[in-house]
Amino acid sequence: MAVVQDTKLAVELSSAGTSAGRRWADRAMTGLVVLAFLIALIPLVSVSWTVIVRGIGRLTPYFLSVSMRGVYGGMDAGGIYHAIMGTLIITLLATLISVPIGLMTAIYLVEYGKGPLARWVTFFVDVMTGIPSIVAGLFAYALFALILGPGIRSGFVGAVALSVLMIPVVVRSCEEMLRLVPNELREASYALGVPKWLTVVRIVLRTAIAGITTGVMLSIARVIGETAPLLLVAGQTDSINLNPFSGRMMTLPVYIYSQYRQGLVPCAADATDCIATINYDRAWAAALTLIIIVMGLNLIARLISRLFSPKTGK
Amino acid sequence: MGKRIDVSDLNIYYGSFNAVADVAMTIEPRAVTALIGPSGCGKSTFLRTLNRMHEVVPGAYAEGKVVMDGVDLYGPGVDPVAVRRHVGMVFQRPNPFPTMSIKENVLAGVKLNNKRIAKSDAEDLVEASLTGANLWNEVKDRLDKPGSSLSGGQQQRLCIARAIAVKPSVLLMDEPCSALDPISTLAIEDLIHELKDDYTIVIVTHNMQQAARVSDKTGFFNIEGTGKPGRLIEMDDTRVMFSSPAKKETEDYISGRFG
Repeated sequence: MAVVQDTKLAVELSSAGTSAGRRWADRAMTGLVVLAFLIALIPLVSVSWTVIVRGIGRLTPYFLSVSMRGVYGGMDAGGIYHAIMGTLIITLLATLISVPIGLMTAIYLVEYGKGPLARWVTFFVDVMTGIPSIVAGLFAYALFALILGPGIRSGFVGAVALSVLMIPVVVRSCEEMLRLVPNELREASYALGVPKWLTVVRIVLRTAIAGITTGVMLSIARVIGETAPLLLVAGQTDSINLNPFSGRMMTLPVYIYSQYRQGLVPCAADATDCIATINYDRAWAAALTLIIIVMGLNLIARLISRLFSPKTGK
Repeated sequence: MGKRIDVSDLNIYYGSFNAVADVAMTIEPRAVTALIGPSGCGKSTFLRTLNRMHEVVPGAYAEGKVVMDGVDLYGPGVDPVAVRRHVGMVFQRPNPFPTMSIKENVLAGVKLNNKRIAKSDAEDLVEASLTGANLWNEVKDRLDKPGSSLSGGQQQRLCIARAIAVKPSVLLMDEPCSALDPISTLAIEDLIHELKDDYTIVIVTHNMQQAARVSDKTGFFNIEGTGKPGRLIEMDDTRVMFSSPAKKETEDYISGRFG
């Protein structure tokens, strides 16, 4: 049979005409997307670079292992041990308060809540997401001032303030993760005669645990750098305080703020052990430490979520 | 094992919508009952009322009697969770638990209820259930691999093994082969044939050849129009249903004139 070329079809299929325009549009859009990505990258790279360059010099084992007690002027001394411990303790406490409340709220919203109560809870969670952090700090201060009298400052009050900021983030991310669990798995579990609460605990939470871990880590990252509320309710101190229920507690963000605020040290012209920029140096090194801590937590979260994520491998 | 179910005056609702009306049927023990009918006629909904899975959907409920062994499953004081331990279910799409291995999937019904089971008993149960589901030889060397590593047909048989591991009396199957290829379908159909020695089986299917192949009794559901409730039109021995049904509607559907 002779091959008769259908000329009309050939024209329609040829890459001329419309295709040229389409190829151009494709290239233009690809270019725009890459450009947007590069622009978004600029602040990230710039911040990381600045913090590393300015902070790495002072980031020594000595700096990490001592407090600021007895350090004054331009002394080449002092460290952030007290602030690291304060940040870790306060963030841990905030996590211990927020995760159970947030996770259970999310479970209520996804698995049990219907009707007006669930709608109100969702509404208030949304409102809480928008609370300025200083208001959270004032709330915690007011709450504890009512109970324990005015002027109260402790790590625990700081943890409560951070929880106010953290709970809505935990609720939101856990809610999304729980909704991702296919309904088929719940039904499969019910069909085996498993009660609802056990289905939630053993199937829904177990399937979503990888995502929940990531969500919790994000919420920690959200609050670990908070300064304003901690400045207000956890206060600042130069000494090591490991008891969150009594006395002021230094944290890394507050430390960075207070060091930077002290500014340049007026050194005598003939002084040998006086560093004029010591406060700035300490602030940058502390900032670098904070970033490293957040990165470390993220890494741990990645490992946990990889360990628990549903197995698909052959 | 294998129990008779008597359904009478069953009305099934989604909120205020009456999805299935006035169903009365007897499901014979140790036999396969097939439910056929066009899409949306309520056969799956009816199936889910037999183990009280229907009411898992918000706003859904059922009225009437479903009597198994003299006990009305919808009577006062009956725990839906307990009902589901006696009436197992296999779904349209295979749904093994993705976080569990093959072995854990089979033991899910036991383990999820926090029941303790001796290691040797657990191994026996896994072997017996997988053998019962015709899957043992294919997976016995990789019981610790994730359930999702199996093929679709194998996953569906794993789900059947999981359902029979809790030792139900009745097994409900909601279009168990509709997501499977012909060879896997054949494997499941053979399995249904073997399982009916021990269990009462109710299967919903869109495939009339399948209903004719596997079932002893067939029920035909139909719906008059959208918004109207589905009804059980006719129920009889499968042979009778497919050769000389009593109602014209049934004949039209089976001969392919509609649906």
